[in-house]
Amino acid sequence: MSILLTKETRVICQGFTGSQGTFHSEQAIQYGTRMVGGVTPGKGGQIHLGLPVFNTVKDAVKETGAEASVIYVPAPFCKDSILEAAFAGIKLIVCITEGIPTLDMLDVKVKCDELGVRLIGPNCPGVITPGESKIGIMPGNIHKKGKVGIVSRSGTLTYEAVKQTTDFGFGQSSCVGIGGDPIPGSNFIDILALFEKDDQTEAIVMIGEIGGTAEEEAAAYIKKFVTKPVVSYIAGVTAPAGKRMGHAGAIISGGKGTAAEKFVALNDAGVKTVKSLADIGKGIKDLTGW
Amino acid sequence: MNLHEYQAKQLFAEYGLPVSKGYAVDNAEDAAAAADKLGGSKWVVKAQVHAGGRGKAGGVKLVSSKEEIRAFADKWLGKNLVTYQTDANGQPVSKILVETCTDIAQELYLGAVIDRSSRRIVFMASTEGGVEIEKVAEESPEKILRAIIDPLCGAQPFQARELAFKLGLNDLQVKQFTQLFLGLARLFADLDLALLEINPLVITSEGNLHCLDGKINIDGNAMFRQPKLRAMHDPSQDDEREARAAKWELNYVALDGNIGCMVNGAGLAMGTMDIVQLHGGRPANFLDVGGGATKERVTEAFKIILSDKNVQAVLINIFGGIVRCDMIAEGIIGAVAEVGVTVPVVVRLEGNNAELGRKVLGDSGLNIIAASSLTDAAEKVVAAAGGVK
Repeated sequence: MSILLTKETRVICQGFTGSQGTFHSEQAIQYGTRMVGGVTPGKGGQIHLGLPVFNTVKDAVKETGAEASVIYVPAPFCKDSILEAAFAGIKLIVCITEGIPTLDMLDVKVKCDELGVRLIGPNCPGVITPGESKIGIMPGNIHKKGKVGIVSRSGTLTYEAVKQTTDFGFGQSSCVGIGGDPIPGSNFIDILALFEKDDQTEAIVMIGEIGGTAEEEAAAYIKKFVTKPVVSYIAGVTAPAGKRMGHAGAIISGGKGTAAEKFVALNDAGVKTVKSLADIGKGIKDLTGW
Repeated sequence: MNLHEYQAKQLFAEYGLPVSKGYAVDNAEDAAAAADKLGGSKWVVKAQVHAGGRGKAGGVKLVSSKEEIRAFADKWLGKNLVTYQTDANGQPVSKILVETCTDIAQELYLGAVIDRSSRRIVFMASTEGGVEIEKVAEESPEKILRAIIDPLCGAQPFQARELAFKLGLNDLQVKQFTQLFLGLARLFADLDLALLEINPLVITSEGNLHCLDGKINIDGNAMFRQPKLRAMHDPSQDDEREARAAKWELNYVALDGNIGCMVNGAGLAMGTMDIVQLHGGRPANFLDVGGGATKERVTEAFKIILSDKNVQAVLINIFGGIVRCDMIAEGIIGAVAEVGVTVPVVVRLEGNNAELGRKVLGDSGLNIIAASSLTDAAEKVVAAAGGVK
């Protein structure tokens, strides 16, 4: 198996007829994703890329049995789009759009949790199960079906990890970009739990970056619950502390959030950390003996 | 986006919160005139910059004559104020705030922020107001009281009362604190704030709560629906190069090294800086050119990177996902030719059509060094910038 997504998963696209929606839906169809339609309010009844367009997600779910939705609508309308999908019974929502107001995400996250919806993103490359299906903007051709699960806050860093695990011949079970926003729909722990349960995943790569405490929390989770080998890289050792205003940010984080602290927490949890982003593939090789 | 203290207080006043009467002025004469309008014999003058720690840096002064006010205005207007929260150059002072003077019995702390871990707006209050609040948070975290706001219910009066009683306030102050807390929570939600801070929130000698300072940071993603706040933006507080980069949708942060970096994606940009340092080099900047590394944007990125005279070599690291590397290579060549780049440029292209991209660069006849891997790129750029220092 894989996580979140297989070749059977029926996927619709919100913002289907826009330029982003069109381009990436075409790429997804080419890759083999089971795209079953799209939603653009006011364009219901049309055919786009050979697929039906619906006015509402509810209509799309009713007609196509869609289980997953990918969102390319502009940031001001994303809260509405995510909630529309969640209330229409979609169980996997992948929001690619960046720039969504944080307060919108606070509300959305509460509602998605309540409705049992798995939200990935926003501001992320999406999810791919290589050789089967992709939802998002990642280049399909660098992936290879295999045994490493990858979870990352950063898009292009995910591609680096993918390329290295492909070059070493390990391949990937699934890759999940959880996005770099302060309030992501899913965090490292959510995805680590899925990889831990997944048979196809034999090792995990976790790519973090400075800011927040998601990596520290993931380290504590790994220590307790993850039995599979984990390799981790954290970006931002050289990032400057930056200009600050006020104290509230520092007080709430309790001095955590730097790359150095994240490395310490991960090492303490038995994770193999690599200091160079070029060493992710080698890190897996050293850790697993593959 | 940050606001100035005088702007934050203007918003506080609109939400019915107790602030001092004052005027923000940009010259010494208006500053003296403000004192006349306010009346009294004692005033506070405060330099308006986007940074904390102003008091310790001499940017806040208690004055008792118009001569002192004029002297303060002459000293700071048009100058830069350096505090422990700014960089070494400090922030320019283009306005000072002249306020009535408040007699202080006690200093409290009240702040609110979006907490990533709990995914909630969290209010924090403490009896230990003033400049040492971070030390308090580190050494005695139990002195930081918290109230977590439910996104669906919003802030409730009982949460304010819980904080107020723990702060040891009297009955009248508990009522005032409740009004203050609910007003701030409304302001936070209405105006899409990311951070709000009143430090100190004081109890006056008459026993009333009073907001003596105000810091507000607004969620940049929400500016599209906050036109009033957009109009409050003070571009003089932004770093000039960062602002210029932002116009081209480039994300640039200046650092003090000698190796310029141009990368697509924020994570990869940080990773590239890290690998440069790991190989003994010092990055001169963070720069994310975004997904569409077109010739125009690469050209503009070069101009910004090279406006830093310390730069002795440039590393371009692009992972072409959807975009084709040969197109990016053409863009880089065009930009190098147009800008007239004289420092060595090391380029690492990976992903879509990378092979072809490298060939295009190799055939260009320009001073461009093609790297075969990330590590190779880091080693080559460090050598090109004069080796490990």
